[in-house]
Amino acid sequence: MADSALSRRTFLTRSGLLGCSLAASPLITPVSLAAAPWDQRLVVIILRGGMDGLDAIRPYGDVNFAGLRPGLVRRAGQPGQEAEVGLDLDGFFAMHPDLAGVMPLWQQGELAFVQAVSTPYRDRRSHFDGQDLLEAGTMGLGERRDGWLNRLLQLHSGVAARTAFAIGHGDLQLLHGAAPVSDWSPDADLALSPQAERLAGVMMQDDPLFSAALSEALALSRLDAEQVTTGAGSAAQPQGMPGVTPGKAHLKLAEFAAKQLRGDTRIASFSLNGWDTHSQQKRGLGAALKRLSGCILALKQGVGPLIWDKTAIVAMTEFGRTVRENGTGGTDHGTGGAMVLAGGAIRGGRVYGRWPGLEEAALYNRRDLMPTGDVRAVSAWIMRGLTGTGQTDLEQQVFPGLQMGQDPGFLR
Amino acid sequence: MVFDPQLAEIRFGSGLSPTLAPVTSADVMLARLQGPDRAADHFPIAKTDEILALVRVFAKLRKLNRSKRTTPEAKLAEKAFKRFRREYLQQRDLWFRQLLLRHVTTQDGFRERLTLFWADHFTAKGKNRAMRPLAYGYVESAIRPNITGRFEDLLIAALTNPLMLHYLDQFRSRGENSALSRRQGGRGGLNENLAREVLELHTLGVDGPYGQKDVRQLAELFTGLSYGVEKGFVFDQRMAEPGAETVLGRVYGGAEPALAPVLQVLRDLARHPATAAHIAQKLAVHFTQDQPDPDLVADLTTAYHDSGGDLLEVYTALLSHATSWQPELRNVKPPFDFLASACRGLGVAPALLAGWTPKQIRRGFIAPLKLMGQDWQSPVGPDGWAEADAAWITPQGLSARLRWAMAAPQRLVEPLPDPLGFAQQCLGARANPGVQFVASAAETRGEALGLVLCSPAFQRR
Repeated sequence: MADSALSRRTFLTRSGLLGCSLAASPLITPVSLAAAPWDQRLVVIILRGGMDGLDAIRPYGDVNFAGLRPGLVRRAGQPGQEAEVGLDLDGFFAMHPDLAGVMPLWQQGELAFVQAVSTPYRDRRSHFDGQDLLEAGTMGLGERRDGWLNRLLQLHSGVAARTAFAIGHGDLQLLHGAAPVSDWSPDADLALSPQAERLAGVMMQDDPLFSAALSEALALSRLDAEQVTTGAGSAAQPQGMPGVTPGKAHLKLAEFAAKQLRGDTRIASFSLNGWDTHSQQKRGLGAALKRLSGCILALKQGVGPLIWDKTAIVAMTEFGRTVRENGTGGTDHGTGGAMVLAGGAIRGGRVYGRWPGLEEAALYNRRDLMPTGDVRAVSAWIMRGLTGTGQTDLEQQVFPGLQMGQDPGFLR
Repeated sequence: MVFDPQLAEIRFGSGLSPTLAPVTSADVMLARLQGPDRAADHFPIAKTDEILALVRVFAKLRKLNRSKRTTPEAKLAEKAFKRFRREYLQQRDLWFRQLLLRHVTTQDGFRERLTLFWADHFTAKGKNRAMRPLAYGYVESAIRPNITGRFEDLLIAALTNPLMLHYLDQFRSRGENSALSRRQGGRGGLNENLAREVLELHTLGVDGPYGQKDVRQLAELFTGLSYGVEKGFVFDQRMAEPGAETVLGRVYGGAEPALAPVLQVLRDLARHPATAAHIAQKLAVHFTQDQPDPDLVADLTTAYHDSGGDLLEVYTALLSHATSWQPELRNVKPPFDFLASACRGLGVAPALLAGWTPKQIRRGFIAPLKLMGQDWQSPVGPDGWAEADAAWITPQGLSARLRWAMAAPQRLVEPLPDPLGFAQQCLGARANPGVQFVASAAETRGEALGLVLCSPAFQRR
């Protein structure tokens, strides 16, 4: 806990330098005080709940696949009935139909997948522990209290609070640690009346901790409000109890991330829930994949073509799911899963990873996809390319105990 | 030392109340702490055993639901399970209300604060739906009744509670040479989690005089500590590693696995000088400021050490030290303490909250707490909630506080109090000119109250 306190304090010190006297300053000009340590952009999306990588990226070319998933993937059988294996990618893998929105990215070589990967987590299959390990980036649980994305920041000079943003209300442990990071959620916006805003400023002006946080909260709220063109009346509307805004909350996260990435921010992270598909997976996974593809498209549109070319989006989950469909049209917790890579910096149009096969003997514990690659190695190679971090640092500091192996060339 | 009744309620209690007179002396505070636990009697919360009984029902219904998937009774079984699960999880919201009302109505605020402090020191939480509600019973059974005794008894109570054994993976840890491992061909193994946290967090502290060898030996010594939903805590000899273990240079146990050496190592760790210093530092930070007066820490360490970890002696030293009564407010209230003291300051009527549904409790308190950075009963790690002021007053955290403060009073009190009177009443002598100006200059009564609640003077203690 001391670590995150330190990072926030550093952040607030910096905010204090902006000289935010509420009465005097318009507060809305983001000021660059330090050059960012590198120019590329990294977005890490945590898919919470265990995404079924076999349904998102379907290995329909594997002879065993259709038999394991009779209800989830229907193949053409009768005349006049179309094949429903999904959107063909390379003659072996097909994308889930609900990823159709990002098909153009695949065609332009800005979308890729990594199959049969996992963290070192095995056998217990608990979301809780699986996510802890995913975000700690260690070999085992409880080895480190900070997260791997924060440890990456700790290795670089010139890192300021705005360099990395944890977005949303979900706790992003991968950004916890000694390096300064910012956190904000688009629905944390303060909509105080002008009078209340002024009075709050007056009341807190003698307390540096409070006045800095208030200034930053108001500045971020205004930044966020700029793109909402619902009219000038919104600030005067009465405040409700704070709560998570329903509806297209995931798009707001992506849009907020994009806005930060256009400025000083180099790393943005948020999480998407809804991947735990024990039953009626067709519906559940479809909706989740639509949210993910919506986020990717919103990020692309939000950062603009110049920054998109320097951007890598990496989406990862705590574990994959069973290769066999269960009795309720879903799948249960498994091991090997998949990652989604997108962005102009990604060398896309291909499915990475070594395919282990789906015959009984090739499965992990005769039930799960056998992991042949490490989620951490994929992330490490991407960070190596984007940030220039040395391989030794990545293997010893960021992901202690990792062996990165050969560079698979995820980046252009 | 100059005792200040208002400061006593603000710094060591749940804040000032419009209907309850502030406590009159440190002796009264200590006497009440040793008297009956009236708040717990008035607003009961289930204990570990009662909740474990519910966990059993949960498990039974879930099993029934799963086994009957294709039979005609399937629908009924599913319905029964889902109804139970919903009511079971809603029950937590009602316990939250009880906890809140203890803070709102108590005249023994120091007890509430110490309970929160020790619950955080011994952070434990359920890792699945069935176990999650046990967090309430854990505090009620293991923490609350033990905060005025010896630290070693509190330590033992916390570590032998099923929730702690579940949370830190102790219940399935077994020695490589245990009877069970030998019979089952080496399946399963040692888990160091609890042993590590006991040394690092609960007793000696992260800079304490121990090494990885001690962690490993302590983990072996701990094997056998387990629980069952039927029996609660058990010492399961079949899981225990035979032979003696050496922790901090002292040998524990013999050929036959037993509970006694485990309890002995805990008592020894509790009385270790490093533990005295660690606990003293934590208490000083919690009740005074992030960088506490070294003299206060030294006093607390001595009181702990000389009394063999008698917590009342330590509290007495805390309340006797001049630094504890420095008039400037430093520490920021964590989100729960902020909400609780706001409700207390507003004089929220217990009858009003008693009429709230679980859903209203969740929306009105538990969801806002999460936005303020305190996902109630779900801290990130076993090190619990942040203590540093800057961890809470982030842009996002302060925003959530302001939003709650602007909206909540309308739902909690009728009619709304006069803002200026409210400021004087809930801040006492700390209602500075800035706050008074704001209270009178806001455009609406609701905004004025919200601003007073968000003043640094109210949020610090």
